[in-house]
Parts: sequence; C-alpha cells; structure tokens
Amino acid sequence: MTSLIAGTARRPLRSIAQMVATPLVPRDFIDLIDPLSSSRDLRGRLDAVTAETADAATVRIRVGRGWRGHRAGQYVRVGVDVDGVRHWRSYSITSQANSTARAGRHITITVKAVQDGGVSNYLVRRAKTGTLVHLDQASGDFTLPTTRPDKVLFVTAGSGITPVMGMLRSHSRELADVVLVHSAPTADDVVFGTELRDLAATGSVRLLEHHTATTPRMTAADLDALVPDWADRQTWACGPAALLDDIEAHWAQHGAADRLHTERFTTPALRGGEGGPVSFTRTGATVDTGADTTLLEAGENAGVLMPSGCRMGVCFGCVLPLRNGAVRDVRNGAVTIGAPDAGVLVQTCVSTVAGSCEIDI
Amino acid sequence: MTTLQNKATSPIAHLSAGDVENLGRELDAIRQLVLDSRGEDDARYIRTVIKTQRGLEAGSRAVLLFSLFPPAWWIGTAGLSAAKILENMEIGHNVMHGQWDWMRDPKIHSTTWEWDNASTAEQWKHAHNEEHHTYTNVIGKDGDLGYGIMRVDEDQRWSPFHLGQPLWNAINAVLFQYGIAAYDLKLGKNLKTAERRRNPEFRAKLKSTLRKIGKQGLRDYVVHPLLSGPSAVTTLTANLTANVVRNLWTHSVIMCGHFPEGVQTFSYNSIEGETRGQWYLRQMLGSANISGSRLMHLMSGNLSYQIEHHLFPDLPSNRYGEIAPAVKDVFDRYGLTYTTGPLVKQVASAWFKVIRLSIPNDVTSPPRVRATAQQDVRAA
Repeated sequence: MTSLIAGTARRPLRSIAQMVATPLVPRDFIDLIDPLSSSRDLRGRLDAVTAETADAATVRIRVGRGWRGHRAGQYVRVGVDVDGVRHWRSYSITSQANSTARAGRHITITVKAVQDGGVSNYLVRRAKTGTLVHLDQASGDFTLPTTRPDKVLFVTAGSGITPVMGMLRSHSRELADVVLVHSAPTADDVVFGTELRDLAATGSVRLLEHHTATTPRMTAADLDALVPDWADRQTWACGPAALLDDIEAHWAQHGAADRLHTERFTTPALRGGEGGPVSFTRTGATVDTGADTTLLEAGENAGVLMPSGCRMGVCFGCVLPLRNGAVRDVRNGAVTIGAPDAGVLVQTCVSTVAGSCEIDI
Repeated sequence: MTTLQNKATSPIAHLSAGDVENLGRELDAIRQLVLDSRGEDDARYIRTVIKTQRGLEAGSRAVLLFSLFPPAWWIGTAGLSAAKILENMEIGHNVMHGQWDWMRDPKIHSTTWEWDNASTAEQWKHAHNEEHHTYTNVIGKDGDLGYGIMRVDEDQRWSPFHLGQPLWNAINAVLFQYGIAAYDLKLGKNLKTAERRRNPEFRAKLKSTLRKIGKQGLRDYVVHPLLSGPSAVTTLTANLTANVVRNLWTHSVIMCGHFPEGVQTFSYNSIEGETRGQWYLRQMLGSANISGSRLMHLMSGNLSYQIEHHLFPDLPSNRYGEIAPAVKDVFDRYGLTYTTGPLVKQVASAWFKVIRLSIPNDVTSPPRVRATAQQDVRAA
C-alpha cells in the first residue's frame, strides 16, 4: 500500500491509468489505436512491397517509435504472422543507414522467396500493405569500420547482395576503391541489377557479374584472376554456405583471414541425433521429435512461447536450461547432458533431442 | 443424472470395447480437421473479439464518468457488463485453455494471460484445466461437482448442511468470482487446521489472490468512481452492478455445463486405466450444451458448446459451433444422448436439481445404475 501511494505521488497520471487498466496495462488500450507508438514492443507496418526480380521483392517497413536506427550491413529480426502463426526471420536491411541521431522512420528489407520458405514466399507474394509486423532492434557486425578501408572487396551471391547493398547505398561515396564480385543465375536474376550497373557506370564500384546459368559456379580460386589484389583488400562476403566455406578456407590458406568478414544466412546442415520426446516442463507440453527437428521448432509447433534469435546458432537468443536428458548439437554432433539445477544452457535452434530431454520453459 | 441413472440399464451398455475405440478415432479425426485448417481467419477472429471487448470496456467506462445522468448509467452499465462477460468467457477462459497458443503471439497466450476475475490466472488454470478437465464429473475428484458446497449428484453423501444449498447456490451466483477464487484456493480445506493455514504455499497463493482482489476493487470501487467526480456514487453502483451481472451470467452458463438432468457422473474406480476412447465417452456423457443464437454462444464463451469444449478443450472456441453437427452425428450413430436445451430450460433444470438434492435421496426410488465408461464396456 505504501509503495502504491509513493508510486502515485511520483507519477500520478501513469499510476491512475495503471489502476484503471488492471489486470491489463494502459499500453494494451493504446495499442488498439496506435500499435506503432510502443517503445517496449517494437512494431512496424508494411507500407510498400516492390518486386525486384521474379522471386525477390523489397519490403518497405514504417518502423515504430522505439526503433533506434541501424548501421549499414546489419540485419533485423522481423516477426510476421503467416496463416495466423507468428514466425521470426532475420533479413538484412537494404535501406540507407541514417547517420543522424534521429533514426529514420522507414527501413527496407529485400527478400528472396526460397523454396518451401513460408515467410519469404508470404512477404514476396502475399503480403499486403498496412500489415502489422513485429521487430527487434537491428543487430549484427557485418558492417564497415568507422575508419573506412582504402580498398574494399565484396563477394556476394544471390540474396547475399542485400547487406552489401545497404553498405553501398550508405557509404559508397566514402569508399575510394570498391570491387564487387556478384554471382547470380542470369543478369535478370541480379537483385538491384540496374542500381548496381548504374553505380558501376559512374565509377563508384568495379562490378564483376558472374552468371552461373552460363558459366560454372564461382570458386574462391577464381578471384586470383578476377581481383589479383584481393589479399590486400578488406573483404566482406555473403552468400551460400558452400561459397563462404570455400572463401574462408582460401583466405586462411593465404594468411588473410583477418581481412575477411562473412555473413551467413542459412542454418548449418542438420546432423542430429536419434530424436525422441522433449518435455517443456513449465508449459506442460511433451512432443515427440524426429532426428531432424530442433528443440526450437518442436516447441514452436507445440505452441510454447520459445525465445528465438538468429535461428542458426550464432546469437544465443534462444538458450534455455536443459533440466534432464540429453541433446545433440546439429553442427558437430556433440552431446550435452542436462541436470536439474546445474544451469545447463542449450541453444535450442541448433539442438535436437538425443533420446529424451526436459527443457525448462 | 437421475433420469438416466434411475433406469435399470446403463446408457452405454450397448457399446462394445471396439465401438468405444472407433468412436475415439472418429472424434480424433474431427479434431484433426480443425487443427489442419486453423489459420488467418481464426487469428483475426480472436483479435477482433479482444479489440471489440477492450473498446467496449474503455467506452463504457468513459460513459460512466457521467453516470449521474440516468441514460449514461444504463448505457455504461450495460456496456461494462457485456465487456466483463466477454473478457471472462470468450477471451479469458479460452485463452487460458491454450486455445490460441498456436498463434505464438505472446500477448494472447495461456502462459501470459491475466483476467478480470478474483482468481489468479495461475490458480484458476490449475483447478480448471488440470483438475476439472482431467477428472470431469468423477465423484470425489472433480470439485466442480457442486464446488464443495453443494450436492449435485445422488452419489454425493448428504449432510444437513445441504439443506441450505439453494441459498448457498444463490449467494455463490451473486459473488461468483469470489466463489471461484475461494474454490481455486481450496479455502475451506486449507483454513480448517492451523497447520494448513500456516502452509507457506497456501499463504503465498492467498496473498496473490488478495492482492488481485485489492487491485480490482480499487479500480471498480475507488479510482473509477473518484475520476467520475460528481458521478462518483453512481459510477460505483454501476461497477458493482456490472460485476454482479457478470457473476450471475457466468454462474448460470457454468451450471448448465454439468448440472442439468441427463448428465452422467462417474466413480473414481471407473476411470483407472481409461483409454482415449473411454475418456472421450466420459466427456460426452458428462457435459450438456445450451442451444441458442450466435450472440448467446459468443457471450457464453462458446461454453454453450460444452460437449465440444470438453472433447477438445484446446481447439479455438470459434470452431465449436462448426464441428457440433459432426459431433452430434457421432452421438446419434453410437446411440448416445446429446444433452442440450435452451438456456432458460437448462438453468431451471440445474436449479431444480440443486433444490431436489438438498434433501436426502428418496429411499423408495429404484436402485440406480451409474455409467462407468470402462466397467460397463468391459462387462459388455
């Protein structure tokens, strides 16, 4: 009671609003009118979807009040309701980063519809303007350093161009020597093709397009001929896992790993265990899982409010305590054994059940 | 219960064990059809109901700021009563059942929801979802059979205390939200001995319930009236009226779910080792529907489809009406009675039973056969 009185004296209007709204909070009522005004629950509204290629589109999002801006090259997690179910995915921000303190009111993400990708297909083909989406703050360190490097190499393939486009739009004028090697099936499949060719025409970027429909897939070794001074450059690479693995090996072999920055979009291939039942102890749900179902997917499918992040084992946004049983890391097959109060935390997005397990949520 | 139970034969004697398992499979198939088609329309439905309810509540409270004027009092009170009913029934009860968890929206989820009722979400979920829905109509296990203050089945032992049960039921109806809170706290049992009263777990639960009652009382009986200035007293009476209207309505709807004549009860022994088919059968025989308009279904939180709700407690409530014909078809084909009737008739039937069972069983009545989903089937 004393705390109630003290609270009311300090912030009278807010306290009274809270007292009238209970068991809800005043924000629940404000959200009816203006869901974008919340700074705690960051939201956005789709206000334009523009086709880029046959299977890619740029989605412009009006961001809510809490948006703190982004640095070029960063990604944003977007929560989209598809068929009534909320899915979270990460997309690179392709719009220009705002250098001023006041963050811009719009961002764009560019999405390529992937086969069986429920969210990407929804955004490219079905999303309607006016749709409310849920957002996290921008994150990721696939960005240019504040002291801009003299010579830059970008190696991208497919939708791997998206973070690099964000960097070029924001900083191409500050970069003296830029080479962009981009790989796509055909010239028409190049996302931002026209804009990139315009940048090349003005001399801002040396653009080397590689079309895999007519020439063999590019390897890191091809760069020796295409960009002979590659090892002198700071390199940012983004594309399919196979290409990035190849590039990382090549750079390491030549002792240039410290000049390479990579960004991966895809989950590592599943090398799970045997599967088995997982119990979500506080929620009270138990589900049987196969060898290729992660704990995160199993929980989400059972309607458990699973925390999640990058969904590829990087950000640790999904970790939960493993109270009993065992799980297997899909990346290397390593088994982690749980214990009731030992605080064993596992990354649910890259763990499958090894026999059976209990997760504390 | 009596109508069927006073018959010399059980209502399910004609079913073989195989029949019961087939019935279970048919109901599983109905459930799967709904699971496979859950989607955007359902999500839009619950969000629309929530939005409408919050708008109605905010609007009604705004109108009540001027409740000194009789039309404002009437409109505001009616609106607030309807908003409170929607909030408890179609939204709160169903969200806390996990019917909308599949949307993965943390704002509409069984683990995060709190409702405008004296009982805390956590305690209500335990008493309702775990105890009542698991042990539906099992004498000695399902406290919802008379809430510990009434005798609503011949097989519950009579004591002189039950002479007053029509009065207890009337008081419970008026104060229903507090009745539920006391029931969820197992207040009678926990206050009985000094040891139970001192139990830290009980004390913590009691404290959280009292804190919640305090907050809601402060809202309805202090802050909102004070904000109304000269209309303070009339706003207080409006809020009191809305709470009582909500209590009476929810009490009536809930009485109709398991108390009307025709509903079966079960003994604890009969549910041991129950199969899925037998579990379904118990839910089918232990629940009763209310027939009526779409508005009535909405305001009852679709508990008017009590049978469908008990068969599939976690399916979205907006789908119960849709599957009701298929469920009734299963009843018909397996020769079972689908108990239903208009609200007034069902409420009267439930009240009649409360009054009739306030005195001891009639010793001259013939021996009764109780439906025991399992034993009868085994015998057959």
